[in-house]
Amino acid sequence: MNELVFFINNVVVAGSVSGSIYAIGAVGVTLIFSIMRFAHFAHADVMTFGALMVLLLSTAFPAAGASIGIPTALIMLPLAMVLTAALAVGIDKVFYKPLRAHGVKPIVMVIGSLGVTLILQGLIRLFAGTGGQSLYVDDRKEIFRLALPFEDVRVPVVITEPQLYLFVITLVAVIALHLFLNRSRLGKAMRAMSDNPELAQASGINTNLIVAVTWVIAGGLAAIAGTLLSLDVTFKPDLSFFLLLPIFAAAIVGGVGHPYGAIAGGFVVGFAESLAVFNWNILLRPFRDSFPAWLELPTDLAFVSTEYKIVVPFFILVAILIWRPTGLFKGKVI
Amino acid sequence: MPLLEARDVHGGYGSMNILNGVNMTLEADEVGVIVGPNGAGKSTMLKAIFGQLHVNQGEILLLGEPIHNLPPNKLVQRGMGFIPQEKNIFPSLSVQENLEMGAFLKPHNVKRMLAQVYDFFPPLYEKRRQPAGELSGGQRQMVAMGRALMAEPSLLLLDEPTAGLSPLYMNDIFDRVKEINAAGVGILMVEQNAKQALAIADKGFVLAAGQNRFTDTGEALLADPEVAKSFLGG
Repeated sequence: MNELVFFINNVVVAGSVSGSIYAIGAVGVTLIFSIMRFAHFAHADVMTFGALMVLLLSTAFPAAGASIGIPTALIMLPLAMVLTAALAVGIDKVFYKPLRAHGVKPIVMVIGSLGVTLILQGLIRLFAGTGGQSLYVDDRKEIFRLALPFEDVRVPVVITEPQLYLFVITLVAVIALHLFLNRSRLGKAMRAMSDNPELAQASGINTNLIVAVTWVIAGGLAAIAGTLLSLDVTFKPDLSFFLLLPIFAAAIVGGVGHPYGAIAGGFVVGFAESLAVFNWNILLRPFRDSFPAWLELPTDLAFVSTEYKIVVPFFILVAILIWRPTGLFKGKVI
Repeated sequence: MPLLEARDVHGGYGSMNILNGVNMTLEADEVGVIVGPNGAGKSTMLKAIFGQLHVNQGEILLLGEPIHNLPPNKLVQRGMGFIPQEKNIFPSLSVQENLEMGAFLKPHNVKRMLAQVYDFFPPLYEKRRQPAGELSGGQRQMVAMGRALMAEPSLLLLDEPTAGLSPLYMNDIFDRVKEINAAGVGILMVEQNAKQALAIADKGFVLAAGQNRFTDTGEALLADPEVAKSFLGG
């Protein structure tokens, strides 16, 4: 039973945590692609920017959370979402809109977004320095240890406070996005534009407005994902290195252009990562006595060691592109 | 004042002109049909009217006001509707969502217009929750027409509405066009099935090489032996 708890902690909890973060990031990537038809490589840096906004605001008002009993960072999150959405709309106005107006090929937009990546990384380092910082500026990170009600279980299931907030906020964000896309007039227009941009324009839909709305949603979600990741670990200016590949893998696994696919893809990549670094020896330990004597299992039975976790999304990406380039939900091919 | 008036329209892609002086007049209650051989500029003329093609010379007037080179969404606001020949639906949206998009600029009208469109195309009501991309060709054409009608246009442009449909559906579409016209919507359509289309036309425009070759009532064009010989296959 202790082994099972170990599995829950290292695979189920860890996979859900990174899966949620990848899912929220990948939704932004997939929405931007479906409206503007280019891969926005600066998206992971927009996520980091969102976390930076929370860091700066929490440092400015460190005691804001203590009065209500929730982490200061979470109080600052809505404001950071607004600022990040404004940044995303601004980036589009300054960099991408002029390119679109010239009718450039998507690859030019992609290279443009690499330029934006460099600018954002420079800006983030300018304000946050190069080291890691905790987003818990003035409050303490709660850790919940849930002991399972079995006699021989000594190891508790461990969930931290930011992880609980992460699950709740991810659920709320996904439901809100679903309602927006399927119930609201603008959300339906967004899906219409993704389906057939010429007909959307011929129906009188203001396509510039839809583009702006797309950036607001993608930017706001990016701030959520970046902040919750930084809360769970620490804020680092180079967070995007660990996010870019997984979120693109998630978007492609789910089928580019499918918001629900991106959410599913995020969890596929998150769980694949935690399953790949999990030491399977631990699960086999209770059955050790029934193995033949000549079989000696190595103490580390993980597919890859933790330091090489980043190869997992890379492998998934390559495999999907070779065998199913449209993704699980039959999306577009980047 | 005519609903639509085109005077000596020249236009095309880049500096190459495909239209070399097209003239048209259509009254508010009329059905106009554009026919002619392939490459005559029929669809191009429709695109020029709907602001999707640059007009280099001449002018296009809607109820006396110049509209050439206005963007499509402005033209929709002024009461023009356009049904492209291909890709004229949103395939992953449900039938009802397709229709709602047609009334994007008039959200307060959605309920009333939905009821009217469902009344006009009963099969669409049954399939309202189904993705439009799953419908048959004839039903897709109904969705496309319904979407355009949702904006309550005063002039409806149709680019080959019967292309690729079986003869059965073809007659149905022509009947629908007549009904829409009878409800007070001016119609201008491009058609390959010239004989059937001219039969319901108040005005016919026979284009060749980007110019009017014959302009008359539908009836007169059908009766003209020269038109019949050159353009209607004898």
